[in-house]
Amino acid sequence: MLCEQNSTALAAYLDGELGSDEAVAMQQHIAACPRCAAEIAEMVSLRRSLLAARSRHTPSADFRRRIQQQIAASKAPVPKTKPRLLRFLPYAIPLAAMLLVAIALLRYSDRTDAFSEVADLHVNALASANPFDVVSTDRHTVKPWFQGKVPFSFNVPELSGTGFQLLGGKLVYLHQQPAAQLIVALRQHRISVLIFQNANTFPITTESGSHNAFNVSTWKSQSLRFVILGDADQSQIDNLSQLFKQANP
Amino acid sequence: METEFFEQMAMPLFDQLYNLAHWLTGDRADAEDLVQETYAKALKGFQSFQAGTNLRAWMYRILRNAFLNSRAGLAAQKTSYLGDDSEEMIDVTAHSITPEILLLQQESQETVMSALASIPAAHREIILLCEIEELSYQEISQVLSVPVGTVMSRLSRARKLLRQTIQMKFPVRCEDAL
Repeated sequence: MLCEQNSTALAAYLDGELGSDEAVAMQQHIAACPRCAAEIAEMVSLRRSLLAARSRHTPSADFRRRIQQQIAASKAPVPKTKPRLLRFLPYAIPLAAMLLVAIALLRYSDRTDAFSEVADLHVNALASANPFDVVSTDRHTVKPWFQGKVPFSFNVPELSGTGFQLLGGKLVYLHQQPAAQLIVALRQHRISVLIFQNANTFPITTESGSHNAFNVSTWKSQSLRFVILGDADQSQIDNLSQLFKQANP
Repeated sequence: METEFFEQMAMPLFDQLYNLAHWLTGDRADAEDLVQETYAKALKGFQSFQAGTNLRAWMYRILRNAFLNSRAGLAAQKTSYLGDDSEEMIDVTAHSITPEILLLQQESQETVMSALASIPAAHREIILLCEIEELSYQEISQVLSVPVGTVMSRLSRARKLLRQTIQMKFPVRCEDAL
């Protein structure tokens, strides 16, 4: 009986180029076909003999150094003469870039500091044994509780039916200013709503985004600054922001 | 910065590239020229190399093209470099060389090495890429700029020729074994 396997297929098997199903089929065929088994054995022997070709020729250490020098040489800058004023250009550009980066970093660190402080308040409240000064799911209880404790007034939106649930409130200090912190639950997520005066101390105007893995939304309404922060989705943070914005136009 | 990265990536291939170049050219000085040209071209074109793609296949391809354009490479092309459609080769199968014969021949690897050195560069090249450099058919097709199907048929012919050469070089051995 003529064997239907050709040497190309056998080679592909040996070279690991067959798919797993094809390889299994070929394996079974080889086990049953002495002709193909002999062919494979011969190919394996040839491969083994060819291994010596792998390290047959080795480059000299001197040649290796030459190639390394060739690569290193391509790094050397090409000296060019430039007009006098232009000569300072290469220094001016990095200098300007450094200045810009420094300014950006300062601003960024201000912003990061501001958010870090809010995040700290949020984490503190959650870690605390007494997370709330006033425990109530009723906005009509929570809002009056802050009277006389903070030098401003704000509205708590009706949260029933929105998926959010008011858990309570706490008096905190941010930048040495009293602030109202409301804790709102969304399923297992806890979200802090910080409300405080003197918006100038907060370096960000309006923003929605992520900081330290917390999602944040902040805006200013008249003389009050609102910051909403939590580990819920940004879309949910934005939804809650909308509710507070509507209640505090 | 770029050249340092290039050095980190490409220098580990130095020994392999040199070995391949020496096998292709058959001469130390020619191999050194070829490797030097390969690194110069690779460095120049490194920007066009896309990170995440196969650097080894890319460098081999540069080396191989440089070889084809070299004096040795041009000479090799004149003496039957390719010829994908010629099927005149004698089919050397398990009936003519048995594993026993090859086992006998293994006592002297020089046999196989000298057979490999004597076959045309095109056949030697594909055997080196597959057996020695262990490139996949896909990688070989990238290096040689030919379809995978052509890689398979060329490889098959090259292996046959190599066996045939071993057999011709050592007919006494083969008869002894039979």
